[in-house]
Amino acid sequence: MSAPLLQVENLGIEFGSAADPVRAVDGISFGMAAGETLAVVGESGSGKSVTALALTRLLATPPARYVSGSIRFEGREVLALPPDELRRLRGKQIAYIFQEPSSSLNPVFTIEYQIREAIELHRPEVKDVRGEIIRALETVGIRQAASRLGDYPHQLSGGMQQRVMIAMALACQPRLLVADEPTTALDVTIQKQIMDLLKELKGSTNMAILLITHNFGLVSDFADRVVVMFRGKIVETGPTAEVLRNPQHPYTRALIECVPRLGQKQRRLKVIDYAGIK
Amino acid sequence: MPESNEHPLLSVENLKVYFPILGGIFRHRVGEVKAVDDVSMTVWRGQTVGLVGESGSGKTTLGRSIIRLVEPTAGKIKYDGVEISRLGSHAFWPYRKKIQIIFQDPYNSLNPRLSIFEIIGEALEIHFPAMTRADRRERVAQLLDQVGLTRNHLDRYPHEFSGGQRQRIGIARALAVGPEFIVCDEPVSALDVSVQAQIVNLLQDLQEELGLTYLFIAHDLAVVEHISDFVMVMNQGRIVEAATSEAIYANPRHEYTRKLLAAVPKL
Repeated sequence: MSAPLLQVENLGIEFGSAADPVRAVDGISFGMAAGETLAVVGESGSGKSVTALALTRLLATPPARYVSGSIRFEGREVLALPPDELRRLRGKQIAYIFQEPSSSLNPVFTIEYQIREAIELHRPEVKDVRGEIIRALETVGIRQAASRLGDYPHQLSGGMQQRVMIAMALACQPRLLVADEPTTALDVTIQKQIMDLLKELKGSTNMAILLITHNFGLVSDFADRVVVMFRGKIVETGPTAEVLRNPQHPYTRALIECVPRLGQKQRRLKVIDYAGIK
Repeated sequence: MPESNEHPLLSVENLKVYFPILGGIFRHRVGEVKAVDDVSMTVWRGQTVGLVGESGSGKTTLGRSIIRLVEPTAGKIKYDGVEISRLGSHAFWPYRKKIQIIFQDPYNSLNPRLSIFEIIGEALEIHFPAMTRADRRERVAQLLDQVGLTRNHLDRYPHEFSGGQRQRIGIARALAVGPEFIVCDEPVSALDVSVQAQIVNLLQDLQEELGLTYLFIAHDLAVVEHISDFVMVMNQGRIVEAATSEAIYANPRHEYTRKLLAAVPKL
């Protein structure tokens, strides 16, 4: 394996008062190689989104506290970066797309303005910014992009808004794209389009993708490897096909089984038996 | 299908719901959106009929017109043999008890300033004015128990609950007045898959226990296929395909149904 792009070691993050802390992330370690796709799967409250935000120190401190460990991105310690270098890391090297595209976009600016802002900030060498914006929009499958530049977010559907978010992330040519539940707010049909788009991008760029999701169904033909999180800890990790075929941890098994499957009608859906999980 | 019933519990005939598009400085009608365009369907007592389609297909409008949150433009809605779509609000009153709804978003459908007792008890107060406060508390505690919560939750507020728990509260509220028919409008779309399974199972248990009839609306065909006896696929205001849930999966006839099937994540 090549030198790691990202190396997280024994990361611990707490919220709440020092006297009565809540351990959202409890000593987790994982790495990613350049161009790799990794999925972090877990339920609400498992600590997966906190982990994602911690990668560029996007968590507000307080209430969050980094209590242990390290996050190394291309060999540099993120937890020790000075503010100006941290700003360059955010967006330029690690870009994000979030669950709710309608609340990630600024409603009072056109999509051209919002993508332009990102490019001018992170890639001052680009001469033809407008051309670059159009190219980014076309990459994410927005047709006749030139005529959509003046649109405001509310003029676009949820799926289109998410495409704009992806275009904005791509415009900075990041080394790592963190997709935090990118399709949870979307219909299944639009979810498929967005996942197909991410798959395409995975093939056509050397960008690594970290997919955060609660749905094992999205992972199977997307991620190279999976990390399963439960109550702040990593309970299982491995190549996707292997984890799906032969899950070792009972929680992993339960998460896989609760996904409803077409054409295999059971009387009841499987649910997670939390009492049986240590 | 129960042979003993000679007519379906709900039958919708040629229902149309059009919304006006207003334009010009005098805001006159310049066109219309055909949200529901000539839809007919029947739901038999004790059955679950699934209604599946994308955002904008008209499925929510159809569901809402059944409980009269939206007024139909044309067509008939018959409940237990009685045409209810033209009833005045007084004559419709008894049907408000029989027909209930569960909403998609458990975060926005519960009033944040009311306690759980007040949220669920409100319906009892309106429909059973003779009930004492103590009786109401007892009934709400019973309902919470029925949906997998406890009486310790009575005096808590919505923000203290997770998404799945809030959806249980929404279900308890719908059950409070003893309905026969529940419109489940995307009840699991905003939930984690693991929580989705719990809520789907709860709805199935309650159906068996109470003999409920469901119209189950969703965009995910895998969930709809699981819970439904009969599935209707809606696109652009029209039902494009209707079949048993087995047949929809095994032998989809319409191209749009195939598209929905292809969108379901495969494991």
